[in-house]
Amino acid sequence: MLTLKHVAFGFEGNDIISDISLEIPENRLVVVTGPNGGGKTTLAKLVAGLQTPSSGEIWFDGENITDMDVTTRARKGIAYAFQHPVRFKGLCTRDLLELAAGEKLEEKRVCELLGKVGLCANEYMDRELNASLSGGEMKRIEIASVLARKAKLSLFDEPEAGIDLWSFSKLVEAFQNLRREDNGTLLIISHQERILSIADEIVVIANGRVRAQGPKDEILPMLLSDEYAVRCPLGKENLRK
Amino acid sequence: MKKETNRLLQLIADMPENFDGAYSLREDGSCAARQSSENVSIDSKSDAPGLVVTVKANTKGETVYIPACVTHGGIDDLVYNDFMIGEGADITIVAGCGVHAEEGEQARHNGIHRFFLGKGAHVLYQEKHIGTGADNADRRIDPVTDIFLEEDASLEMDTVQIRGVHNSIRKTSAVLKARAKLVVRERIMTDADETAQTDFDVTLEGEDSGTDLISRSVARGNSHQVFNSIMRGKNRCTGHSECDAILAENGTVVAAPALEATHQDAGLIHEAAIGKIAGEQIMKLRTLGLTEAEAEERIIAGFLA
Repeated sequence: MLTLKHVAFGFEGNDIISDISLEIPENRLVVVTGPNGGGKTTLAKLVAGLQTPSSGEIWFDGENITDMDVTTRARKGIAYAFQHPVRFKGLCTRDLLELAAGEKLEEKRVCELLGKVGLCANEYMDRELNASLSGGEMKRIEIASVLARKAKLSLFDEPEAGIDLWSFSKLVEAFQNLRREDNGTLLIISHQERILSIADEIVVIANGRVRAQGPKDEILPMLLSDEYAVRCPLGKENLRK
Repeated sequence: MKKETNRLLQLIADMPENFDGAYSLREDGSCAARQSSENVSIDSKSDAPGLVVTVKANTKGETVYIPACVTHGGIDDLVYNDFMIGEGADITIVAGCGVHAEEGEQARHNGIHRFFLGKGAHVLYQEKHIGTGADNADRRIDPVTDIFLEEDASLEMDTVQIRGVHNSIRKTSAVLKARAKLVVRERIMTDADETAQTDFDVTLEGEDSGTDLISRSVARGNSHQVFNSIMRGKNRCTGHSECDAILAENGTVVAAPALEATHQDAGLIHEAAIGKIAGEQIMKLRTLGLTEAEAEERIIAGFLA
């Protein structure tokens, strides 16, 4: 469903993604993890079309999308939840959800979407997406906007950041339901063990490369028992041994 | 009533059919229709062209319409309207001005409005400005609004001017007594070679008086806008003004906010931001399937809503 073939991306002479090849099968929940600065967000941006690879190819649903722009990829069924949600003066929560859904939404549907991220629709539906909302509130609305899209492939960049513990349980539940009901593929960038534990597959990215990839049952125990191996972005974990 | 007036009226006032409340319609410099209600009387001014609108004390829930239309070039309309709002009244006033001029013509409407609100009165004042007709006509709207708020009175003013008015200078001044509140929400979009200037001058005279001035504007084409505001805090009071402007194409904006505090407990804040639409906003909407142009239009429409 999503295939990356030797994708590379650099910025001002620095390689952020060195050479990534990946195969994400349909209807799977894949969690991408790895140290900060390892290239995870860049990978999501390359898939959504916010960045263009310097070499390599990206295939989606049997089609080479490498040269397609963000809008075209969105219309083909790729949704992307930003790590740092964007604020808008003059657009309210409901506007964003309707833009995401591509249609007017009944109040019931707005309630359902906001409920999934732990927000009360009555309180938030007409709130402007401006500086009056906290980072956590913005983050939840951002996630709801991707849920509203019912996309074939949904990318979430660190959805847990800024979300409190209570809402986090709801969030994990929302991902599980999404996996069950909507038959879409979910690609979630996360460091959270609870999110890793609901994955079908885990991909570990470090230094712009895939360090490990496989079923959760294979990768997760390895991550938990050998944290040094994936936590040091400079590969200096051996210095501490 | 002329066909053109009818069209302009729909754009600016949206008065319901068979309206039985108080209204006055001004067409090409003279009165076209007028009606008073039991609690709201509309009379001609004796010393100048214009109206005196008097609202009885404690009148609640009424809406008064006073739109003005200029339907062709060669008209320079000047009108003085006074609004005397009785104590404890709570009403809505819908004003607005539509100016139509064809090729090479000049047409101007200049409305000088004075609001006197009695103690505890509340007014929602809505004003919409529209210009239609040929691009190379010269349509001007220069409104002057002077507001006097007695103790505990409050006025909310919503003004909208979207394209088509070539030159406008809006002057708004207000004096607030104790616990009075003034909220102004201004929306302006200029395009082509249009210019628009806004001058606010608000004096917070009474204890615990407060004001909130919110201006959102979009300057497109080669248009130019100027935003001047001064808030004078002369007592324990709160004043907040916010000027946000989006620049598109070659539009330019000058914002010159000023604060003057002559009392230790005056709290005055100004926020101003001018710039292009943030790239990340466009990118976010594109990830939802909008094109760049659609995203820009949606952001501007929301910003000015």
